[in-house]
Amino acid sequence: MTADVVAAVAEAHRRDWAQVFAATARFTRDLDLAEECTQEAYAQALQTWPRTGIPDRPGAWLTTTARNRALDALRRESVLRRSLPLLVAEPVPGPEDGFASDDRLRLVFTCCHPALSRDAQVALTLRLVCGLSTVEVARAFLVQEATMAARITRAKKKIAAARIPYRAPSPEHLGERLDAVLGVVYLIFTTGHTAPTGTRLVRADLVDCAIGLARMLHLLMPREYEITALLALLLLVDVRRDSRVSASGRLVLLAEQDRSRWDRAQIGEAAALVTEALRGRPPTRYAVEAAIAAVHAQAPSWAETDWTEIVGLYDVLRELWSSPVVELNRAVAIGMRDGPAAGLDALAPLLAEPALATYGYLSAARADFLRRLGRLPEAAEAYEEALTLTDNEVERAFLAGRLSEVRRAADHRG
Amino acid sequence: MAKYLILIYGDEQRWDAMTPQQVSAHHAAHRAFSEAGGAAVLGGEQLEASSVATSLRADPAGGYTTTDGPFLETKEALGGYYVIDVPDLDAAVALAARLPEVAADHSGVEIRPIVGM
Repeated sequence: MTADVVAAVAEAHRRDWAQVFAATARFTRDLDLAEECTQEAYAQALQTWPRTGIPDRPGAWLTTTARNRALDALRRESVLRRSLPLLVAEPVPGPEDGFASDDRLRLVFTCCHPALSRDAQVALTLRLVCGLSTVEVARAFLVQEATMAARITRAKKKIAAARIPYRAPSPEHLGERLDAVLGVVYLIFTTGHTAPTGTRLVRADLVDCAIGLARMLHLLMPREYEITALLALLLLVDVRRDSRVSASGRLVLLAEQDRSRWDRAQIGEAAALVTEALRGRPPTRYAVEAAIAAVHAQAPSWAETDWTEIVGLYDVLRELWSSPVVELNRAVAIGMRDGPAAGLDALAPLLAEPALATYGYLSAARADFLRRLGRLPEAAEAYEEALTLTDNEVERAFLAGRLSEVRRAADHRG
Repeated sequence: MAKYLILIYGDEQRWDAMTPQQVSAHHAAHRAFSEAGGAAVLGGEQLEASSVATSLRADPAGGYTTTDGPFLETKEALGGYYVIDVPDLDAAVALAARLPEVAADHSGVEIRPIVGM
């Protein structure tokens, strides 16, 4: 087997899995069978392509192969199967329904149907749309493989038994249904971007899945501003991926990151998407978040960041999407604009917020302002508190470093 | 087409406390539901209070014991049901969402697919 073929199959897996699986599922009207046949088609490619050469359109080859497998299986076991009802699929998509006729949209909207729990939506999307193996999905969410396999099986069974239709929503339901899809994409991204526990800060496979999903949705529904905005946001946060962790695995704050390592082309692409997304009126949550990320990405340094602009954008965001975390970020930006004392004042009302009681970033932000004000014993206390609230080892190492720094300075001062 | 059972759950004390005006508005809302559903609504009934339910369970002697009350004691009791026949879950949700119990703060509905033959 040549390296060329292995690389071509890997590339086809990344690029075409969703299309191949979605088309096969519409044909089989059975998610399990479609999963089996899609997987077999990729295995078949590894065996056939070294002999025949890599086809011009690998996706089409894989779809045909998966479909033939399905035909064989259906002929062989037509009596054994059918313990569950078939997927409810529209017979022939009307020519007027534009994007709804795309198989990948059917698939993604079905995986993110509101009748499924968020956990199930995320697991199905990673398995069926991104093509991650069950083991990989289990690892991403820190659960046993058997647990994840059961979760995916139960979700597929619900789609069939409860007759969740295999189709994209009608235009009047598109808004709410799209919110669920974007919520899943965002959750996959944030899970990958800051792994909740473990020794690595970033899980690149999840980040790539989320960006791939957002790109796919943007391609299929270019006029949906909320998708444009989410894609921009993910790209902008992702440019910091390599600079967030030092060579020794230590967390590097935005303030100290080496901005020359940020991918300028990616920032340029995302900034154009932000401009596009902000044309939607009123601006949406993700558009404003993307605009905030764009200001950061385009600032020459932390100190030279346009904090007035950032605070202004948080003022807009809190109207659209009020959450304690938004309030926290706004307070930090105020501290950057007006100094650590102002920042501490802005944080003060949040200390009573129950939703933030176990949120380590609040303690860390307070600790930083106290440190900069020279209130070292209080800063040390806040760092200690922040340390008890995160399990991510890279974050812990950063906080522990700051804590010992502050303690040394306090001792020195006596 | 697929059949679903819509189970209507709610707080019986709140149901009992409804004024005559509320009761008649409630019944009007159920008539509107049935009209909106048309042929998709195969049947449905309101149930007497769970306090008059009778439950039967097997006993170790091979017979059964009879108990006074519902099978499961829950805060929200089963108060009624509909059987509907619609193309898929989206259609079932769209129809069930018209029930007045979905809008009230003390009640709600559960949609259960019926096993097809």
